[in-house]
Amino acid sequence: MMAQEQAGERRREYRDKLIGLAGAAVLTAASFLLVVLKPVSRDLILAGLGALALAQIGWQFRFFLDIDLRKSHRDDLQLVLFTGLIVALMIGGSLWILFNQHARMG
Amino acid sequence: MNTHDLTYWLFGNLRWSDFPPKSDLIATGAASLVILGALGVVVLLTVTRRWRWLWSEWLTSLDHKKIGIMYIVIAFVMLARAVVEAALMRTQQAVAINAPGVVSPEHFAQLFTTHGSVMIFFMAMPFLSGIINYVMPLQIGARDLTFPFMNAVGLWLTGAGAALVMVSLVIGKFSIGGWSGYPPFTELPFSPGEGVDYWIWAVTLSSLGTTLTGINFAVTLYKERAPGMRLFRLPLFAWTSLCTAILMIFAMPPLTVATALLALDRYAGFHFFTNDLGGNMMNYANLFWLFGHPEVYILILPAFGIWSEVISTFSGKRLYGYKSMVFAVMCIAVLSFTVWLHHFFTMGQSANVNAVFGIATMLIGIPTGVKVYDWLLTMYGGRLRLTAPMLFAVTFLFCFVLGGLSGIILANPPVDFSVHNSLFLVAHFHNMLIPGTLFGMIAGYMFWFPKAFGFRLEETWGRIAWGCWSAGFLLAFLPLYMLGLFGMMRRTAETFRAEYAPWLWTAWGGAGLIVCGLGALIVQLIVSIRRREALAVPVGDPWDGHSLEWWTSSPPPEYNFAVLPKIEETEAFTAMKRRGRAYESPEDYADITMPKHTGLPVMIGAAGFVCAFALTWHIWWAAALGLLAMWGGVVARSFRSDFEHVIPAAQIERENEAWLARARATTPVDRFAELDPANRGKAVERQ
Amino acid sequence: MSDQQSLHAGVNIGRTDPEAHEEAGPVMFGFWVFLMSDLVLFALLLATYSAMSLHGIAGGPTPKDVTDLKSAGIETALLLASSFTFGMASLAQKYRDDRAPMVAWMVATALLGIAFLGFEARDFVKLAEEGHMPQRSGFLSAHFTLLGCHGLHVSAGLVWMAVLFVQMRVPGLERLVRLRIMRLALFWHMLDVVWIAILTFVFLYGAA
Repeated sequence: MMAQEQAGERRREYRDKLIGLAGAAVLTAASFLLVVLKPVSRDLILAGLGALALAQIGWQFRFFLDIDLRKSHRDDLQLVLFTGLIVALMIGGSLWILFNQHARMG
Repeated sequence: MNTHDLTYWLFGNLRWSDFPPKSDLIATGAASLVILGALGVVVLLTVTRRWRWLWSEWLTSLDHKKIGIMYIVIAFVMLARAVVEAALMRTQQAVAINAPGVVSPEHFAQLFTTHGSVMIFFMAMPFLSGIINYVMPLQIGARDLTFPFMNAVGLWLTGAGAALVMVSLVIGKFSIGGWSGYPPFTELPFSPGEGVDYWIWAVTLSSLGTTLTGINFAVTLYKERAPGMRLFRLPLFAWTSLCTAILMIFAMPPLTVATALLALDRYAGFHFFTNDLGGNMMNYANLFWLFGHPEVYILILPAFGIWSEVISTFSGKRLYGYKSMVFAVMCIAVLSFTVWLHHFFTMGQSANVNAVFGIATMLIGIPTGVKVYDWLLTMYGGRLRLTAPMLFAVTFLFCFVLGGLSGIILANPPVDFSVHNSLFLVAHFHNMLIPGTLFGMIAGYMFWFPKAFGFRLEETWGRIAWGCWSAGFLLAFLPLYMLGLFGMMRRTAETFRAEYAPWLWTAWGGAGLIVCGLGALIVQLIVSIRRREALAVPVGDPWDGHSLEWWTSSPPPEYNFAVLPKIEETEAFTAMKRRGRAYESPEDYADITMPKHTGLPVMIGAAGFVCAFALTWHIWWAAALGLLAMWGGVVARSFRSDFEHVIPAAQIERENEAWLARARATTPVDRFAELDPANRGKAVERQ
Repeated sequence: MSDQQSLHAGVNIGRTDPEAHEEAGPVMFGFWVFLMSDLVLFALLLATYSAMSLHGIAGGPTPKDVTDLKSAGIETALLLASSFTFGMASLAQKYRDDRAPMVAWMVATALLGIAFLGFEARDFVKLAEEGHMPQRSGFLSAHFTLLGCHGLHVSAGLVWMAVLFVQMRVPGLERLVRLRIMRLALFWHMLDVVWIAILTFVFLYGAA
């Protein structure tokens, strides 16, 4: 029973790495195609690239850093989410301030 | 290769002319004081044959308690320096009305730069790191921090930074760019020479040390709590330590980025903050205050924790509104990341941006107000004992509310436009930091001193210190509010308005009282050491304390607790005493594993100092060597695995049973008689 | 999942070394906290870059002028592949009692990392040859600093790996080395995450 469980987990974890690699490749390829083919307007391309980057970062966290919603990971998950909040505040605030100043001082 | 090249290769920009004597008498005096002080310590240690003891008992120790005490020693040394600088600045401003005064404008600029940098980075930060280091593991029922080695490295990096600032008094000059080091003034064209580089590397060392310390505190609080010590059973000081640690972890990187980019500008000709070629100094202001504002809360939150412990202990009551206190601390910690722009309202962004950050700033008043009410309600109906720490607490409550109100005023962008950079601002932040942080640290020092050394501090001198500090603070800073409103700008070396004189002389008197307060603290320490027999509290609970740190001997053994307690509610020690189980023998003892002493952290700190000093003077070979030695030390340690030694159960049993026997045999003393020599460390509620 | 319970995020070692598994909790959490602090550092460099890439041109080259998409693509492929090989090394450490497969995956990771650094150095040299030095403008200062900081982290990771290769042969460090490999794995994967942000906001935005 135990051995079976272990074998299951082992199979799942190896599969996860392969899924992780495949997904990362697909997302990266999509980003590059967006830039090379320029199928939509520039603003949409930039938005799309941003979205793809966020998706890719989430993907990396899930499949390579093994962050997920399991209970035993709660401390790490809280830490990552809190960091996300702080980073969002810092980046968002900085860009808002600097672009605003630039526009006015131009 | 000619001689000039060779000299540069060997000694960088360092020349004989950078050594004393200095250009003016005061600077030469300060340099001599540093040299004589260092020599005095060396001679004293040699005469009393204490070198070996110092090295093997203290410097190489990984014990969180000893590291905490060493942090506080650094803090006191730096406090003395920065207070003297403050008194000198007050003197200058008082006499320099239509007159040159006692120091040159450049020297004055150096004074306010070092005063600010030292007080923030090398007084307040080591002080609070020291107290958290000492108290927090005891409060949560842990044997040490999770990473004792990293803890010592943090201490010695901070020590290296402090040493660098001290050395700048003797060799060359420190920065004159203010504690915030704003470019473009601190860029190479306007500040050539070593001053700004001293500042950059001293601050960098301190911020590295603080990041490591913050990580250590946070992990310890998450992973090392005694069985049953849930987060919502933590004493409030432990909670504020956790929030402080989180702020350290996230607020230090912006400072590191700001100083690193400034260094790249200065050393490699980059254009981050220069006036030309696309540089933008506003980004420096942005980065610096992304650190600087959370930093304010790094300074104040531990003090909030200390006030909570002091007020509830000396009111003989459970802390009022424990949960609201915890949530308030968390709110303050998060909000502190949303207000940094109020440090540069006048930088040129639109009114909308200012309004958002102004409102966010005012919001912080809400959780802070909750805390003030909780403290008041803790005292209400309590049986107060106005001991020295409690006197500081009461002064804090009055003054802090006043400072908070002036902060709410400053949070209005239109008001800030009129008074920013004036003495009103100087009055405001000293009004927060002195009664808030510094009084908190002093109160904590007096409160936990008996725990650390086994004897109480002498009370009369404590009260004299309180009187001098409180009156000195009020006299020194209330006039600055008025002067600011009259239009006197900060950092002014000379003024031309005779009507400022009475206010400036009042402030000068206040600064004198503060110097007396510092003197009183020193006298108190000396008197207490002399009378340590009469003041001894070996049982370890001199104030009828509430939390676990009081449930061990004073001073505590290396391993803190013979057996880890099982926690069932908040105020764990009060609960034990109530059930009459505080001094029961445990069922059995087990071996305890503790970290071994090592000299490596001292070496790493020394290498850090060499690297920073060499970078300051462009001595590249020494800088590279220092950096290599630092990392070499870390790698060398990773090749060893014998980090720990085992204390046998028999020894623990012997020591603990001796303490328990003594505790049981000691006659309890009433809480109101706790200042009496009869207090041997077992104060209790009057029956 | 009794004995397989995860004490921390990232790949756990359960079966091959239960004691190290127990010890790992605080150590790994501490390293996570450090990584988050480091992440904030990169976030701020990126924010600085974003502002500089628009406002700090100073008549010099624009992001479009310095973007080499082909090179960025190769570098991304190398780094993503190295993340995968390190993931496989972690799993080999968890599930295989013999060390050979784990070492092989780590050697592959190191080679990919070195190749990445080689391409990055080539980019830098090319920019320098075109006269696009960091001293030219605020934008180029930010460009070199952001990429340089990431490159420095990758180099540090490689030095760390080298030390671990030595330590794998030093007896008596077994458990400590296992814990260090787990931490290096987190470090390596996190650099991948940072690279994704750099790829998008430096190279792809530059070319778009």
